[in-house]
Amino acid sequence: MNMYKVRKDVSKVIFYFFVLALFAVFLSPFIVMVTTSFKTLDDAFTVPVKILPREWTFSNYGAAVERIPYWKYMGNTAYITMLSLVGELLVVPLIAYSLSRIKWKGANVISGLLMATMMIPYTVTMIPLYRTWHALGLTGTYVPLIAPHFVGHAYYIIIMRQFMKGIPNSLFEAAKIDGANEFQRYITLAIPMCKPAITTVAIYTFNAAWSDYLAPLIYISSKDRMTLSLGLQQFLNEFTVDWTLLMAAAVIFVLPVVVLFFIFQRNFVEGVATSGLKA
Amino acid sequence: MNMRIKLTKDDRNGFLFALPWIIGFLLLSVYPLVMSLYYSFTEFNFISDPKWVGLDNFESLFSDRRFFKSLGNTCFYAFVATPILLVIALLLALIANKRFSLRGVARTVFFLPSIIPMVAATMVWIWMFDPTYGYINNFLALFGIEGPAWLINPKTTKWALVMMGSWCTGTTMLVCLAALQDVPKSYYESASLDGANAFQKFIHITVPSVAHVLVYQAILNLINAFQYFTQVYVITTASGGNTSGASGGPENSILMYPLYLFHNAFIYQKMGKASAMAWILMVVVGLLTIVMVKLSRKATSNAGVE
Repeated sequence: MNMYKVRKDVSKVIFYFFVLALFAVFLSPFIVMVTTSFKTLDDAFTVPVKILPREWTFSNYGAAVERIPYWKYMGNTAYITMLSLVGELLVVPLIAYSLSRIKWKGANVISGLLMATMMIPYTVTMIPLYRTWHALGLTGTYVPLIAPHFVGHAYYIIIMRQFMKGIPNSLFEAAKIDGANEFQRYITLAIPMCKPAITTVAIYTFNAAWSDYLAPLIYISSKDRMTLSLGLQQFLNEFTVDWTLLMAAAVIFVLPVVVLFFIFQRNFVEGVATSGLKA
Repeated sequence: MNMRIKLTKDDRNGFLFALPWIIGFLLLSVYPLVMSLYYSFTEFNFISDPKWVGLDNFESLFSDRRFFKSLGNTCFYAFVATPILLVIALLLALIANKRFSLRGVARTVFFLPSIIPMVAATMVWIWMFDPTYGYINNFLALFGIEGPAWLINPKTTKWALVMMGSWCTGTTMLVCLAALQDVPKSYYESASLDGANAFQKFIHITVPSVAHVLVYQAILNLINAFQYFTQVYVITTASGGNTSGASGGPENSILMYPLYLFHNAFIYQKMGKASAMAWILMVVVGLLTIVMVKLSRKATSNAGVE
């Protein structure tokens, strides 16, 4: 055909080739994780490395959950995650409501301080908090991991506050005239209307608690109280690392996060986009 | 003197609703912040009580080679990785913003790495970086390139971290994407009518419209770089069966500032010295935050004028 169209087609092909190459790069760790988990040990340690297993084996999964007390660790992790969720979902909407729907003297002060607290490095508060929990005899328990979730994470409060600001005032005025007090208006109006933001906060909390590494590392030392993120580490501490088992263990660990991501992708994306720009 | 502040019912309700945060703020932010400043002038371990030592901790830090090594490593990562990460994030955002059949897939693929638990992701990368059996060097071998021993050679360890970081730019990418979507289409259309080519449009329309977001993200990335811990902790505890647990990688090349702080606190049990490090970090992050807030105010007021 004419030259213009040919040139356009060529650049289109190049663009698609480039994008597909990028996909391969960004997906490669996932591919490596999954394919290695189905390889035999010999297969994983044969050069040149092939992407797909020469023979598929499922035994790594069985062996991985035997090597460490996998289901126990998953139970521990799930327990911590559940209680963290309860904490954040209980207090984040309350605080956000106070900052967005109630006209009071402290609202602006707190809104200003929210950002500031987010910027405090974990390493700065780590040592005094460790000492405090230690003095209370609570190191080695899950309390230091869960308790912070019961005061509301600044980032989640900001997301929730932005969302609550968007609810039309007229609804609240009408309820007020009908004689509903502040708490009734919160429960019957604000909460049902904030479902999308609540979902976002729930997913973020789940992800943070499930993946948390530093806090369990500091506070949990006994082997049977460990979380999965610490448990995975045990595969690496061996003299020779059995990568096929470790990758199988990692796949099971990562799976809930990935599944949630695909179900609630919109919430993930919106949370980042609103708070990232306007924080 | 009667200076009574009149509290309304709203004040009472507002306070009660925000009470969990206020308690958390005092107990989990203010108290530890003040205490850690105090601790930085003391000496203690897990069991002993803090003993006032004045500026000893700071003096010992300033004559500690590993302190400067960790500071240097962190600065290297902060100032080398940040620009690279931003360029990649912007490139990915441009692709994810382009109208083509794989746009939705692109957004998912580019963001997915950011949600993966850091521990698991780091372990996969350690395996990929394996000099003999790792996928990266096997891939390079296809082109006849002999890949380095990424996490063993002190010259390449930090670049391995930069590669891992570049894989995880999803959040920055999304923020850039949101900024790109805010650019009115008419800008590009009128530029096309004026005969501008794609590169000119990129320089004169795209870059200025995401500039304030990029600056903001740059500082956020710097702040995060100063808190870079999990990845290097996993890597350094994985390499070799050292029993002390206080490794900074080959020749301490990935002994990042927070990692050395952690070693001081929980392995050497020099909690005072670790607190001194923490407060130096606090000052750096605080200054960066102030710059960020100032710039974002300026950006929003500029946007208001336009």
